Amino acid sequence: MRLTRISEKIIEAAIRLSGLLVIAFVLLIFLFLFANAVGFFRLYPIGRFITGTKWLPISEPPTFGIIPLLLGSIYVTVGAIAVSVPIGVAAAMYIGEVAPAWLRHVLKSLVEILAAIPSVVLGFIGIVWLGPFVASRFGLSTGMCGLTGSLLLAFMALPTIISISEDALASVPKSFKEAAYGLGATKWQALWRIVLPSASSGIIAGVMLGIGRVIGETMVVLMVTGNSSRIPTSILQPLKTLTATVAGEMGEAVTGSDHYLALFAVALVLFIITFVINFLAGLSLKRSRR
Amino acid sequence: MNHAQLRQKIAFALLGVATLMVVVPIILTIVYIVLHGYSAMSWEFISQPPKNGMRDGGIFPAIVGTVYLIIGTMVFSLPLGILSAIYLVEYARDNTFTRLIKLSVVNLSGVPSIVYGLFGLALFVMFMGFGTSILAGSLTLAIMSLPVIITASKEALESVPQAYREISLSLGASRWQTVRYCVLPYAIPGILTGTVLALSRAAGETAPILFTVAAFYLPRLPRSVFDQVMALPYHLYVTATQVPGIPQNIPFATALVLISLVFLMNVISFVLRAHYRKKRQW
Repeated sequence: MRLTRISEKIIEAAIRLSGLLVIAFVLLIFLFLFANAVGFFRLYPIGRFITGTKWLPISEPPTFGIIPLLLGSIYVTVGAIAVSVPIGVAAAMYIGEVAPAWLRHVLKSLVEILAAIPSVVLGFIGIVWLGPFVASRFGLSTGMCGLTGSLLLAFMALPTIISISEDALASVPKSFKEAAYGLGATKWQALWRIVLPSASSGIIAGVMLGIGRVIGETMVVLMVTGNSSRIPTSILQPLKTLTATVAGEMGEAVTGSDHYLALFAVALVLFIITFVINFLAGLSLKRSRR
Repeated sequence: MNHAQLRQKIAFALLGVATLMVVVPIILTIVYIVLHGYSAMSWEFISQPPKNGMRDGGIFPAIVGTVYLIIGTMVFSLPLGILSAIYLVEYARDNTFTRLIKLSVVNLSGVPSIVYGLFGLALFVMFMGFGTSILAGSLTLAIMSLPVIITASKEALESVPQAYREISLSLGASRWQTVRYCVLPYAIPGILTGTVLALSRAAGETAPILFTVAAFYLPRLPRSVFDQVMALPYHLYVTATQVPGIPQNIPFATALVLISLVFLMNVISFVLRAHYRKKRQW
């Protein structure tokens, strides 16, 4: 009897401890990024980091301006979202409200397959097929540019946008639609005028999560956007994102050097951006469930 | 046909076109990889180490490395994920601690994979001194997989009817006995489904292992958890971008092996779920 009491106490302590660990991991991630970033700002003024327009980490003396990288991330994200939101929401409407049951099942499985494809595989497709295609289509010297990255990221954001939008559409009470039908509305009128607006905050949450996914995606942009840290003026130019900078340069940076620490500062910026986006997504998700 | 019905026809057709724009590229991607990868696929390719600066030979060490990383990830993330979910569903009261855990899970799921990679480098490789090793890579991937496993386990636990708990408690069982004998057995299949799915994602991740475990070229197999390994996704990245003059069919075949592995794990999770749904008693 006593023995079971003791083992029970131990297991319950372990259960509480794992909860604590989950919190600790988030704090540790923030702390490790923050500590290294602070180390960087001791060597390099934070103002010049935030407002600097040149990222030249290995020239002498090096300059670490985050603006070109931030713009690179913004360019590909805006491009990706502009493509994936209309297509994704329309596909969610088709899958959820128009397609017959058997087809819905097939389509949902296909979208799940897309979600399962590792990003490095899509990056590879970008190198061997989409990049050359974009280059010849737009007459560019290289297809390794913002547009190729945007298109692949749009593709990757689709499963998130589709599945969350579809959930949002499905959670609109049936009575809304029935009331519209009762007034003589067609299926499309009910869907467009009643169901879609009622599902809007859930759809916005899906879009926000899609943005979070796109801005944090690393391998695809590292492989296909050309990695040029000049300030991009068009989406058809090579550019470099925050994620690709960290992934591409950390391997060469000397441990503890200003370059190494600067990459932690970039990661901290990335962490804060995704934190805010996910927080906003959570807010709209909560609103949509009410 | 009246005006409104015509508009409905057009609108639904447009929605259908949008759906095709999603579905056709998915099918094309898979077919493209399979067709090109298949030509380089051979027993030698999956059973031999790379030769001649990776321009020849196979990918056996990368397959082994990825399997080790999957196992390592599971060892760390499964117990931690299940216990946290048990806490949230069975023990937690509605207090600040509980809300903090939930908030942490949401945030962990939004952290970009490269940030995990950097965190793993700072904490496990440098601070704890594990070096670039299977241990550091598995821990990094495990923390990244935690939110998915916790969410899946939570759903599985929540789906067990409340009556099971009430009956067990009314017979004098303690809270842990109730969880251990009356809740967990019914939730395990759901938990495993989510875990396999999370592990399949970890298997395909590149960014978190870049600086924590992945080796560019390492033909011998690892001897301990403190060794580096090659890994399939990293090998695909390397052969696609860093090796000039490599025959194209090598990265294609690597991609085929990688997506086959990931899809196999997805199928396992799907079968588990289907099997479990049939056997469910409520």
